[in-house]
Amino acid sequence: MAPETVKNTASFIKIVALSVIAGAAIASRLFAVINFESIIHEFDPWFNYRATRVLASKGFYEFWNWFDPTAWYPLGRVVGGTIFPGLMATSGVIFNFLRAIHLPVDIRNVCVMLAPAFSGLTAWSTYMFTREMKDESAGLLAAILIGIAPGYISRSVAGSYDNEAIAIFLLMFTFYLWIKALKQGSAFFGTMAAIFYFYMVAAWGGYVFITNMIPLHALVLVLMGRYSSRLYVGYSSWYAVGTLASMQVPFVGFQPVTTSEHMAALGVFGLLQLVAFTELVRSHVSSKQFQTLLRTAAVTIGLLGFVAVVVLTMKGWIAPWTGRFYSLWDTGYAKKHIPIIASVSEHQPTAWPAFFADLHILIFIFPVGVLLCFQKLRDEHVFVIIYAIMASYFAGVMVRLMLTLTPVVCVAAAIAISTLLDTYIDPQEPESTEVAPTTTSEATGSSTAAPKEPKTKSKESKAPKTGLFGLDTRLAVIFNTFFLMLIFVLHCTWTTSHAYSSPSVVLASRAADGSSAVIDDFREAYYWLRQNTPKDAVVMSWWDYGYQIAGMADRPTLVDNNTWNNTHIATVGKAFASSEENAYPLLKKHDVSYVLVLLGSLIQYSGDDLNKFLWMIRIASGVWPDEVKETDFFTPRGEFRVDEHATKTMSESLMYKMSYYRFQELFGPGQAQDRVRNQKLPTVGPTLDYFDEAFTSENWIVRIYEVKPDDELGRDHKTANAYSAGKKRKKGRVARRRFALE
Amino acid sequence: MPPKSTSSSTSTSSKAPVPSKSASSSNALSSLWSAYSKETPARLKLIDAFLVFLMLSGAIQFVYCVLISSFPFNAFLAGFGSCVGQFVLTASLRSQVNPLNKDEFKDISPERAFADFAMGSVVLHFFVFNFL
Repeated sequence: MAPETVKNTASFIKIVALSVIAGAAIASRLFAVINFESIIHEFDPWFNYRATRVLASKGFYEFWNWFDPTAWYPLGRVVGGTIFPGLMATSGVIFNFLRAIHLPVDIRNVCVMLAPAFSGLTAWSTYMFTREMKDESAGLLAAILIGIAPGYISRSVAGSYDNEAIAIFLLMFTFYLWIKALKQGSAFFGTMAAIFYFYMVAAWGGYVFITNMIPLHALVLVLMGRYSSRLYVGYSSWYAVGTLASMQVPFVGFQPVTTSEHMAALGVFGLLQLVAFTELVRSHVSSKQFQTLLRTAAVTIGLLGFVAVVVLTMKGWIAPWTGRFYSLWDTGYAKKHIPIIASVSEHQPTAWPAFFADLHILIFIFPVGVLLCFQKLRDEHVFVIIYAIMASYFAGVMVRLMLTLTPVVCVAAAIAISTLLDTYIDPQEPESTEVAPTTTSEATGSSTAAPKEPKTKSKESKAPKTGLFGLDTRLAVIFNTFFLMLIFVLHCTWTTSHAYSSPSVVLASRAADGSSAVIDDFREAYYWLRQNTPKDAVVMSWWDYGYQIAGMADRPTLVDNNTWNNTHIATVGKAFASSEENAYPLLKKHDVSYVLVLLGSLIQYSGDDLNKFLWMIRIASGVWPDEVKETDFFTPRGEFRVDEHATKTMSESLMYKMSYYRFQELFGPGQAQDRVRNQKLPTVGPTLDYFDEAFTSENWIVRIYEVKPDDELGRDHKTANAYSAGKKRKKGRVARRRFALE
Repeated sequence: MPPKSTSSSTSTSSKAPVPSKSASSSNALSSLWSAYSKETPARLKLIDAFLVFLMLSGAIQFVYCVLISSFPFNAFLAGFGSCVGQFVLTASLRSQVNPLNKDEFKDISPERAFADFAMGSVVLHFFVFNFL
């Protein structure tokens, strides 16, 4: 075949492969939509969805200056300045584009399908990135791997409308552009990297990873003595444009010049200027002594700059690390000082099975790929190595950061597998010494230049004796690899469909006969709130459900998933942890009219509020250590119990009473059983004086209580209830009333 | 152009802190200066003059910020950032068109370098004006 034909066929195959990969990436994310319905899943996406609706209905400027008075009820929230607007802007653009071409799609469907669509783009950008590392075949392999790897799917199934949905695409594409800028030394690619970096900053808080990865790469290159003008051009144009661009996002503001997370980029920028200047001077003067003089000058200035940064941080001019980032280094920090960070399940360390479940065989091939990068060690391979090391560490510290590890695992594994296949598919037999060199040219046109090479080589030097002989070894290895890849695909599909494709809004349960039942209590309760309460009724719940209440029930909430005001959350925690008499005035002060609690005791739903109760207590006792004490909720033997051994503080707390109010009536006398905590409840259930049960969902998951209005006669509710229940004082006893004189 | 050349030499001396070995360093500096003026093409000298201007402008803004006020901090950042950004973009252009670096930038012709420079500057100044 002519080389032209080969080239055309190859590019055709490439295009077909890439589109099939994108199709597979999209299709494997649709389990949740097909099995259930097209809705937004978790907690955070509900806010993103609500914000996107504002953007779609009112326009961009309105969205940019949106003040949301219903969140954080008495305070309100300046949404424009406290979010990363990239995700909403993206879906707003897509929405308007589809309108413009007369495809009027509902904004909800745009939001639901955004993540699968972008996963296709992620596959493509990983292809581009890996192509820079090795060659196109490795790129295609990496695209396949990232297209279906569960570690990435877990954050990007259809319906999970979260920032990570577009962030991974932007991450890989920014890295690709950076590698390109470094390789070519082109200011164009540096500027493009800066623009995509800007998009990334607008989209996800994880942009800090990029601002530290690229400088680290540059620094390591300088330390390895691989400084080149290309590095200078690429890095400077990226930093100068990217920093100014990142400051345009209101949520980021002046952080790139005032916080410690961004100082590495600034420091490396300064260092590169010095090195560049030194190199320039050295090109003009050849004196050895002068070189060393400048070298020392560069080192001293570099050290001085470092000291200056340290001093500025000490003095407080530069803000130190924020708690979220600091807890990545000092892993015990969050648990001790900021319980609200430690209380999120995503912020726990990762266990080994999670690595295997999310990455399957890739986790074993990954180190091989990194090792192969060490063997070649071009400038861009250094990047993969650093990325692999950093991301592995962070993924080990936090479950959530598995997401940033997945791309590099796919890239490294693709490099390894493709190197293996290159070696074993290559039909070139290494000539043994007795075989004539002519027999080797059985390579049938796969490459035109190949047959000539070994001939000249064998003439010059003796052919290597080691190598692959015969078809059997090759076939064995190739089939084995193929088999592993097949298992990988099966594993990915299985994990995706079983573990990652369940909308948390709808709970799926399976009856004993195998038929599946859907538990839809959340929406039942939220829609009850939406339809049966006044529009301005404030709902108090734990912060986990804040976004969902605002999104589905459309009612003001006290706290929500954006945990920016710790004291306010602690107030809610205190209200739940204290007794009715104490909680009532607190709720009245905040104009609360409904209280919502979750109870999983009836159907074994373990994520209910009683299991989160300890965190509420901890967060509240961080602010009011005298009023809320964690030890009061434990039995003398240090157990957290809800049965008759429960402490008085526990059984009188608002959370306990609200959870188990009338719960005993469901069972026969003395039969009440909590199925989550596996404890037998006391025979007599708690009573509520200050609240009325307003709504309880079908499976008793969501319980909504109405806060009673003040008593007409000015009594407190306890006495009023006692009076109406007919509990009289003992006969013949004249009450001696003691009131303070007013 | 006498004023430019003097400012250029002061900037180099300020960058290389060699106060103790004044005799040898002044010797080295003068040899550096003569080598520079002899070897550098006129085009690069023009770029260097622009670089010196940018550096001075940035320094003046910085001194103003430190001495008087940093109150509209975004305005300061925008102005200073535009100086720094333009400086590094111009320096990038300089190293790309420098004939000494020809083997390093194989893919980039001087014309391409200038187009990159123009595009980078436009993007930079868009952000500067947006931030001002």
